[in-house]
Amino acid sequence: MSPDHHHVTDPHTGRGSLHPHGSMEPHGAQLQEVPLLEIDHVTSGYETGPVIQDVSIKIWRGQFVAVVGPNGGGKTTLLRTILGTIRPTGGKVALRGQPVTAGSLGRIGFVPQLETIDWNFPITVEEVILMGLYRKNHWLKRITKEDRVRLHEMMERLNLAGLGKRHIRELSGGQQQAAFLGRALLGEPDLILLDEPTAGLDIRSRDNVVHFLHEINHQGVAIILTAHDLNWVAAHLPWVICLNRRVIAEGRPPQVFNSEVLRETYRGEMVVFQHEGMIMVGERPHSL
Amino acid sequence: MISSFNPLQYEFFRHGLLAAILVGALCGFVGVYVVLRRMSYIGHGLAHAIFGGAVLSLAININFFIGAGIWALMAAALVHLIAHRRLVGADAAIGVVTTSSFAIGVAIVSTYRRFTRNIEAALFGNILGITQSDLWIIAAIALLVFLGIIIIRRQLLFSTFDPEVASAYGISTGWTDFVFILLLAITVLASTQILGVTLVAAAIVIPPVIARYLTRSFHTLLIVSPIIGALCGAVGMFLSYYLDISSAATIVLTAAALFLVVEVGLTLRKAFTA
Repeated sequence: MSPDHHHVTDPHTGRGSLHPHGSMEPHGAQLQEVPLLEIDHVTSGYETGPVIQDVSIKIWRGQFVAVVGPNGGGKTTLLRTILGTIRPTGGKVALRGQPVTAGSLGRIGFVPQLETIDWNFPITVEEVILMGLYRKNHWLKRITKEDRVRLHEMMERLNLAGLGKRHIRELSGGQQQAAFLGRALLGEPDLILLDEPTAGLDIRSRDNVVHFLHEINHQGVAIILTAHDLNWVAAHLPWVICLNRRVIAEGRPPQVFNSEVLRETYRGEMVVFQHEGMIMVGERPHSL
Repeated sequence: MISSFNPLQYEFFRHGLLAAILVGALCGFVGVYVVLRRMSYIGHGLAHAIFGGAVLSLAININFFIGAGIWALMAAALVHLIAHRRLVGADAAIGVVTTSSFAIGVAIVSTYRRFTRNIEAALFGNILGITQSDLWIIAAIALLVFLGIIIIRRQLLFSTFDPEVASAYGISTGWTDFVFILLLAITVLASTQILGVTLVAAAIVIPPVIARYLTRSFHTLLIVSPIIGALCGAVGMFLSYYLDISSAATIVLTAAALFLVVEVGLTLRKAFTA
C-alpha cells in the first residue's frame, strides 16, 4: 500500500473486515505467510507512458476484491500487469511468492471485457470453455474423456447445459459472461481476474454473475474484478480498492466509499448516503 | 480445342487434377486461420515474395522448391520480425518485404531476358505441366503443413481468438505466429506452381469465407473449408478442360462463383424468412 493511501484496514493483520462474506478475516489470512499475489511499488503502462504508478497491493487466498476507478485510471492496466502481458517498468509482481511473467502464472484464470471479444469468430460455447485447458505449450495434449466430463459439469454449474453447440453470439449477455467464466474456471484456478464482468448486463444477469462468483469464492478461489458500478460493488463485494493511477484507498465499501475518497478517485463530487443499511453512491447534480 | 470428352485419359490432366485437389484442400485448410486472423493480404504478399525466389532459382539453375522455398521462409521470417517489433503493422511489413522481393525477381528477369516461359508459369501457374515428382513434393508439403497445424492447432486457435489471454495462459503466441507464417509460406510455395503468384491468395481466402457462411463452429470450419477448396480445384479443372480456359483462372472463378451462389442464397433466405 502506498504511504499516502487512505489507511482503512490491513488485510494481513485482520484489522477490519476482509472476509468475502463479512467476517473479520480473509480465508486463513493469519496463517498465510506469503500473499497469493503481491504487487510491490509497481509502475506500469504502455509506450506512451506509465498508467499506474507506485501501486502496492496484497491479495490473500480466498479474498474477493473489486477495483474501481475512472476510465483511464489503470484498472485494466493493473490486471494486465498481474497477468504478465505488460511488464512493469518499476517494482515487482509476485504470485505465490514467485515473480510473474506472461505464462508463468499456473492456476490463474482471466475473464476479459466482453466488448473485446470478436463475436463474429466462428466458435461455439463448448469450444470457448475448452480453451481453459490449452495452457502452456502442450502441443500434443488431447482432450480426454475426463476433460469432457469436467466440461459438461462446468456447463451445468454455469446454467449453460444444452447450449454447448451454440455460437457464442447467440447467448444472452449473462450467458456469454458465464461461458468465459467457465473457460477461466476449467483450469481450476486459485485466482480469477475479471475485467468489468457486469458491463452491459441487466440487473438479473449481474445478480447471477455475483451469485456465482460468491459461490466459487466460498470454495477458496480468490477473485479480483474491476467494476464501474459503485452501488453494485457496495452491495455485493467485501473489499474494494480505489485506483486512479495510484491506489487512493482500500478497505470495506462502507469505510472507503465516502465523499473524500471518491472525489480523489474520480476527480468529481459524489453524494454518499446510507439507505436501510446499504451504502448508496450518486452523482451530485451540477445545479446543487 | 476439346480433343476428347473424357480428360481423365490424359496423364497430364490426372496429375493436374490431383494437384488442384491437393492444393485446394491445403489452401482451404490453412486459409481458415489466415481469414480469421485477418491476414488475407499475407497470402498475396508471400506469393509475390516467392516470385523473387522462383526467378533466382531459374537464374542460378537450382530446383524451384529448394530455391523458392528458402526464399519464401526467409521472407516469412522477415515479415514476422518486422511486424512483431510493433513499430509498423503487419500489413506494412508485408508490403515492404514482399514488394521488394517481387522487385528483385523483376530486376533479374529484365537482366537475363530469358526463361520467359517459366516466368509466365510462375505468374499465372502451370498446372498442366505438373510432373509425377512435383505431385509427390506437393503431397509431402501438404502432409507437413497439415501435421504442423494439427500439432499447434489448440495454441493457434487460442492465440487467434484471444491472443492476450492465450499469452497470459502460457501460450507462446510469438512462436505460434512464427510457426504458422512459416507453414503458410510453404503452402504458398506449393500452390504457386499450380495457381501462379497472382491467384494463390484467392485459393487461400475464398474457401474459408464460403465455409464461414455455412458453419458456426471452428472445428467444422476446418473440415468444410478444405472440402470446398478441393471441390473448387476439381470442378475448376474439368471446366477449364471443357471450356478451354486457363486452369488456374477457372479454379479461382469456380470458387468465386460458389461464393456468389452462397451469398445470394443466404441473402434470399434472410429476405424470405424476415
